Amino acid sequence: MKSKAISFPYVGWMGLFVIAPILIITVYAFTSATGGFTLANFQDMAQYASAFGRSFLLAAVATVVCVLIGYPMAYYLARETGWLHRMATMLIMLPMWMNFLLRTYSWKFLLERNGLINAFFDLFGLGPFQMIDTQGAIVLGMIYNFLPYMVLPIFSVIEKIDPKVIEAAQDLGANSVTVFRRVIFPLSLPGVLSGITMVFIPSVSTFAISRLLGGSKTLLLGNLIDMQFLGGAYNPHLGSAISLVMMVIVMVCMALMNHFGDGEQGVTL
Amino acid sequence: MSKELIRLSDCVMKYDDEVILDHLNLYINDKEFLTLLGPSGCGKTTTLRIIGGFQTPTSGDVFFDGKRINNVPPHKRKINTVFQKYALFTHMNIFENVAFGLRIQKRPEAEIVRRVEEALELVNLPGYGKRSVTSLSGGQQQRVAIARAIVNRPQVLLLDEPLGALDLKLRKDMQVELKNIQREVGITFIYVTHDQEEALTMSDTVVVMDKGNIQQIGTPIDIYNEPKNAFVADFIGESNIIDGVMVEDKVVKLYGKKFPCLDTGFAPNEPVDVVIRPEDIDIVPVEQGQLTGTVTEVIFKGMHYDIIVDFQGFKWLIQTTDFSPEGAKIGVKIDPDGFHVMKKSTYSGKFGDYSSYSSEYDELSEASDEEGEEDEE
Repeated sequence: MKSKAISFPYVGWMGLFVIAPILIITVYAFTSATGGFTLANFQDMAQYASAFGRSFLLAAVATVVCVLIGYPMAYYLARETGWLHRMATMLIMLPMWMNFLLRTYSWKFLLERNGLINAFFDLFGLGPFQMIDTQGAIVLGMIYNFLPYMVLPIFSVIEKIDPKVIEAAQDLGANSVTVFRRVIFPLSLPGVLSGITMVFIPSVSTFAISRLLGGSKTLLLGNLIDMQFLGGAYNPHLGSAISLVMMVIVMVCMALMNHFGDGEQGVTL
Repeated sequence: MSKELIRLSDCVMKYDDEVILDHLNLYINDKEFLTLLGPSGCGKTTTLRIIGGFQTPTSGDVFFDGKRINNVPPHKRKINTVFQKYALFTHMNIFENVAFGLRIQKRPEAEIVRRVEEALELVNLPGYGKRSVTSLSGGQQQRVAIARAIVNRPQVLLLDEPLGALDLKLRKDMQVELKNIQREVGITFIYVTHDQEEALTMSDTVVVMDKGNIQQIGTPIDIYNEPKNAFVADFIGESNIIDGVMVEDKVVKLYGKKFPCLDTGFAPNEPVDVVIRPEDIDIVPVEQGQLTGTVTEVIFKGMHYDIIVDFQGFKWLIQTTDFSPEGAKIGVKIDPDGFHVMKKSTYSGKFGDYSSYSSEYDELSEASDEEGEEDEE
């Protein structure tokens, strides 16, 4: 009974700031400006199909790249000890202490037509290249901002693998490639899955990165929703509908992935 | 005699300046059950890891079947290991755990299934293949670890305190079972433990180690009955270790009195350590006793009493079924085969006095528990 009482503030918090907003969004999504029930918001959404596709595609690309960069990083970080380990951990954590917008702005200055990178290429008579205001710049911004969220969960899972288990695999005839493929990687999958979740979700809903690095040409879901609530296209009902659909798609993606993750384990079982 | 299979030749292991193994020489015969026995930090686990290929000696050579294998990595040795905390693959079920080695060898599926089932049967877990590792008890997990190692038909099985994490009852059952498995598969077992009872129960050969040196190699009976020095006598069982002088062959002098014994081969009047096991001492009326002492402590142990008897300031432990009250004067009689005479060693005078008996007894058992944990490092 006592433990139940302790959970009241949490339940209250969740109700007020998680459940209630979702309910409000749902109500908004199914109503028109005059207050009646309507599905028009969802029908209107069809015109934004390309924004949906682009958002999920860019987020998926960023997530895949994060796995490809983050996994080896986390792996070496977990194996390494001493000053190199501390140094690398610092370098990964350091950007996170800086303001998110500031970090993204700094890329704007680097990628600009007259930015640092083009200036560098100019020394060799190359360029200038169009880098800012491209989808590539958005993906770069996502990777740069969210990579630590991929590295840290994978790192902590790999670090906890008992070295005796690795020795056991070697003892049973596994060379280092097989040890990785059959033991370390499957054991680290939970870390990869949570890393994917932690990179994909903020990537798919970002509006700051796309606004700063993607220019006006590339409209992502985040910007679309932003516009419906705060922008010129003011229509909170449509914004709610988009939010709701995005949430459902993300949830389905995550459920599929977790199921696939379990299935993967089932196969190696 | 069976042929020699493994030889450690002049092996030295050092971490920085700390000497773990001090010029160790050891050979292990094919098909024998050999136990490396010693307290924490004696080098027994290091020796095992050198044989398994997880560590390379600082100097010295390791031979397997006549070939030097210093630089052969673990996965290329015909040796498998059972780890202390099982080290099972938690992402696989029991079947796949046991099949791991066979899958790496790319055996045909039918053979894998057959051999895994055989191995699980051998460790008394038939039909457990589909279960998950975490659904098993500690004892069952240890059996899976044994099956996983044995299924590869290694020539040598290394066991690193495999029973350390089990409770007493299960440990005793597993001792018998391990010995049976070893007989059945007919391969060499090299077993590491700090538990002298385990070592005596299972082994063909016991290697007692301390401080990176081998103190004695012998059969369990030899080690118990003819300990080479005070360390071995104290580590294996309970021992009263008394300063004595070997007057001549078959005569030893204690407390200024001469006693008949069976030992020979010492110089006349050579100072020696004399071991008298607590169970080899008979309590007799004072007038019939070879020595007389005063009972200072009596502890009921179930099958017998442990009594502490003061002989001129040196306290002995005697195990007896006859009750003698505290403060009683008693006589003791020791048959000639009850004396075990040892040459003086660096361990002389460090062991074998039961002045602080009860606390020492406790400390010893606690210490051995701690050792188990330290060795896991």
